Order: sequence, then structure tokens, then C-alpha cells
Amino acid sequence: MKGIRNNRIKAKLILFSVLVLLLLLAAAFAGQISPYNPNQQNYEIALDPPSASHPFGTDRYGRDMLSRVLAGGRTSIFSALALTAVITVTGTAVGVICGYCGKVIDAVLMRIADICLAFPGLVSALAIAAVLNGGTVNAVIALAVVSWPKYARIARSRTLAVKSSDYIAAAYLAGDKPMQIIFRHILPNIAGQVLVTAVLDIGTMMMEIAALSFLGLGAKPPAAEWGSMISEGRSMFQLYPWLVLAPGLGIFVSVMLFNLLGDTVRDYMDPHSRQRG
Amino acid sequence: MRKSDRRDMGKVGRQGKRRKAGYWSSGRSSRNIWRYIIRRLLLLIPVLFGITFLSFAVIQLAGSDAVLQKADAAGLTLSQEVIEAQRAELGLDRPFLIQYLSWLGDFLRGDLGVSYVTGNDVFSTFVSRLPATLLLTGMAVLLTVAVSVPLGILAAVRQNRFTDYLIRVSSFIGNSLPNFLVAIILMYLFSIRFPVFPVVSDGAGLKSAVLPAVTLAIAMSSKYVRQVRAAVLDELGQEYVLGEKARGIRFSATLWKSVMRACLVTILTLLALSVGSLLGGTAVVETIFMWDGVGKLAADAIQMRDYPLIQAYVVWMAVIYVGINLVTDILYHILDPRIRLGGEEV
Repeated sequence: MKGIRNNRIKAKLILFSVLVLLLLLAAAFAGQISPYNPNQQNYEIALDPPSASHPFGTDRYGRDMLSRVLAGGRTSIFSALALTAVITVTGTAVGVICGYCGKVIDAVLMRIADICLAFPGLVSALAIAAVLNGGTVNAVIALAVVSWPKYARIARSRTLAVKSSDYIAAAYLAGDKPMQIIFRHILPNIAGQVLVTAVLDIGTMMMEIAALSFLGLGAKPPAAEWGSMISEGRSMFQLYPWLVLAPGLGIFVSVMLFNLLGDTVRDYMDPHSRQRG
Repeated sequence: MRKSDRRDMGKVGRQGKRRKAGYWSSGRSSRNIWRYIIRRLLLLIPVLFGITFLSFAVIQLAGSDAVLQKADAAGLTLSQEVIEAQRAELGLDRPFLIQYLSWLGDFLRGDLGVSYVTGNDVFSTFVSRLPATLLLTGMAVLLTVAVSVPLGILAAVRQNRFTDYLIRVSSFIGNSLPNFLVAIILMYLFSIRFPVFPVVSDGAGLKSAVLPAVTLAIAMSSKYVRQVRAAVLDELGQEYVLGEKARGIRFSATLWKSVMRACLVTILTLLALSVGSLLGGTAVVETIFMWDGVGKLAADAIQMRDYPLIQAYVVWMAVIYVGINLVTDILYHILDPRIRLGGEEV
């Protein structure tokens, strides 16, 4: 019974990994696979409904929506991945250092984390993005500032738990240097939970970047980005719904895929949640 | 194993991970709670300093100051001498720390300066918009509880049956939709196709609050249904549930009296966590629905680069957020003394 369950989770893991990989490939090679140039304007076909030659229709400048959704995917997906990578690495590094060193370093760094945590996520991201004058990179920086403490806390509490184990004491007695202990014994033991959190976060991060772009603080026109595309199409939604629905579908499908992958990775790594089904 | 040993419901994080139970606090618990509250209040001081300092520093980083901002807003180009003179008049030529301290002093007196754009007092503008946001947030929280608690329990009780799958799939879909997209679709459906609710708000009426509140509640309920379900499932797997069944106690009585009581802490945590994401989420939703709360105020201020307003918004939101977190943490300790007093949060 347990074996069957494991196999099902493995099968799901492979399926969703493949789907996410396809999504990433589609985003990476958006330039090659998209049927038209995403920024090519053509007023003769402006606001055409979806058709065989333009499956997602065209926008008010006659740009092909499918090509723009693909191009936007590259911005949205890779900025979400970059953001998640940055906060995972920074947060984990800070957390491990705090957990391992303790004392003053721990107190100071964790108070800084507390302060960053005190700002409700999007609120401060909004302010930082505003100060930095928008742009995708600045939106990523803004969200990174408010998102890393979560990882610092997870990494710190896991490090504290691992640090008191006998094998760390053994490694210490065997003459391992702090760096060796951290990289050889602590990091491998906390990587699982950090990884699960990170994969589960990708979808959220994608939505938050899109939200900043939607408010005009992310990608700048004419660059395609899902949030800003939805914002552009909002006023025309009633008559030309594909302007919102095409990028909306892009966000929905990719966030869903990353969430499904995250859930499956968690089930795979954490037998406790596996039992709950 | 005793019921209470097994029932180590602690803080539930975003992944529904349970916190390890702390030690038993024995007869001295009420004194401990006071000590805990005082400790937390003291810890709050550096955090508040940090919040105000960061808010101040970030705006300074913008590389523009009040003189340039006002000149920009008025469409004037000032000569270097005039700029220097005005800076000296406003005290902007003083060292950074001195400027921060004087700003902090003003802030504590409720003086946050005037808006670069409208010239109105920032603090009173902010306060006048706050009730609308609180109404919206309150409605959204109520809706979230009303939806996610019953559905979460239902899904747990009917685990792995059709109802459970349906609830889980819906929550998954809700989780993958950004709130601005939900807002646009709801607006289209209920204001344009079937004009039940106004497209843009007409004052702080309850009717115009429905759609924005529903938008906020959809995202949150989707997240919390899963966590309520997980918490109730954990609880239903405890041995005391089997024990009560063996003693012939009706399942509904077990569910409502024992299980629900144990899940109360979880639900409370969810509420507290939701306030934070709500405060951020309101900026987007209020802008879409033209709801005149602080979120829209901030979004507008950001568009206009109206830094005193942005600053006021960020500082006050952070203070409100920290305050809510503190109250929640104190409530945990009253509800569940097993959470280690004064311990570090996981």
C-alpha cells in the first residue's frame, strides 16, 4: 500500500517536473517559437479576436497576443525564479550563520529580519519599487528585501535543531572547521525543507511580481509582462476580453504548475504530509 | 498517551508545519504571561526604531528631497542658490541622523509633513482614509472565516471523497489566480454582465465593499481551506477521537467540542497572518475598485512620487501589522500555555 503511494507520488513528481520544464523551455525560447515579433505593430489587424493566424487575438496596436504572452512569460517566470533563488540563498545563509554562531551575530541579524518582516509584504515592496522607479530588476529587489527573512527563520530553526545532534559534536571533536561543519553537515540536512519552501514560493513570487507590474512598478512598456499586459487590457476587457484573458491564462497556468510541483515535492520529502493524503 | 500530550497544536506556519510544543507552564502561568507581554513590548522598541529608520532611509535613497519634489510638482526650475537656501530653511542640509531624529520626533507627535502634491496634512489624510480600509479588511476577514472554516472542516471530515476533492481543486484554482485578475473578472461578471454591484465604489457603502472584499477573501480562503483541513485532519487522527468514539460519544459532539477547540489556535493564527497579506493586498484591490482607502491612497501617492504620503503609509502599516502580531502572540499564550513562553518563534 505504502509502495503504491510512493510510486504515485514519484509519477506525479516526474509529470509535473516535465511540465514545468516544458514551461521553462517555452519561456526561454520564446523568441524562437513565437509566431510573430511581440513588439511588431500592425494597425490593420488591431484588436482582432482570436483566429487561426492569431490564436490569442491581437492588441490595440495589432501586436500578436500569443507572441506577447510567450515573451511576457520569459520576463515573469525568470524574474520569479531569480527572485526565489536570491531570497533562498540569502535567507539560508543568514539563517545558518545565525543558528551556528548564535550570540551577538544572531541577535543583530535576527532583529534585522524581524524589522524586514514587520513590513507587510507587498506594502513595502510597493514603496521600495516606487523609490527605485520601477523596472523588473527593481521589482525583484523590492520583493527580495521583504521576502528573505522567512528563509532566514526556517534555516535558523533547522540549524539550531541540527546543531545539537551528536554527529555535529563528533565532527567538531574530529577537528572539522566551522565551514566544513556548515557545508558538509548542516546544509545538506536543512536543504530539504528550504527547497520545499522555495518551490512552493515560486508561484506566489510570480503573482507578486505581476501585481507590482500591474500597478506600473514592474516591467516598463513596451516590454511584455503578464501583470502589465493585464493592466493595459483592463479598460478594454468588456469588448476585447482576450487582452486580459490571454496573459491571465499565462499566469494561472504557470502559477498552478509551480504550485503542483511544490506540493508534490513536499509530499515526496515529507512523509508526515504524505500520510494526510 | 494522554489527550493533552498529543494535542500539541502550536503555531501553524504557511506550510501548516506544526510547531514543537514547549514545556508545561505550571501554576505560575499568569505571572509568566505578564512577563512575556513585557518582554515582547521591550523587544518591540528596536523593531519600531528599525521600522521608522528604514522607512526614513528608503525615502532618502530616492535621491530627491522636498525642495526638488515641490519644484517638480509646481513645474519650476530653481537655481542652485535657491535650492540651497530652501534646503537650509527646511533643515535638509543637516546630517542624516539628525534629520532622522527630528523626523522621528515629528512622527511621534503625529506630524508627518504635508503632501507634495495636494499640500494637505499627511497624517489627517491617512487617518481619514483608514476606516474605509479597515471596513474592507474586516469584511474580507469575516468572509474568509465564514468560507474557509466550514469548508476546511467539511473537506477533512469527508477526506478523499468527492466533496473533499472538489473543495481542494477549487482552493487550488483560487490559489493560482492573482487578485487583480480575480478583481477584473468579478467586476466584469457582477457589475457589467449582471449589474448587481457598482463598478466603482460610490462612497464607503456596504454594497460597493462587497466585490473588493470578495476578491480579497477568495485568495485568502483558498489558502486557508487547505490549512484548516490539515489542522482538522491532524486532530481527527488523535487517539482521543477514537477514545470518545469508543465511549459512544456522537461524532458531531467530538468534532464541535474537542476538535474545534483544539483547532482554535490554528484559526486564530490564520486570521493574524491574513491581516498582513490583506493590508498589502488592499493596495491593488482598492485601486481597481476605486475604493477610497489607504491602499489606493498609497498607490496614487506612488504614481505621483508623493514621498511623505508613501512614508506615512509604510510606517503606519508596519506599526499596525506589528501591533496585530503582538496581540495574536499574546492571545496564543492565553489560549495555549504550552507554547513555550518567551521562546523564539519557529
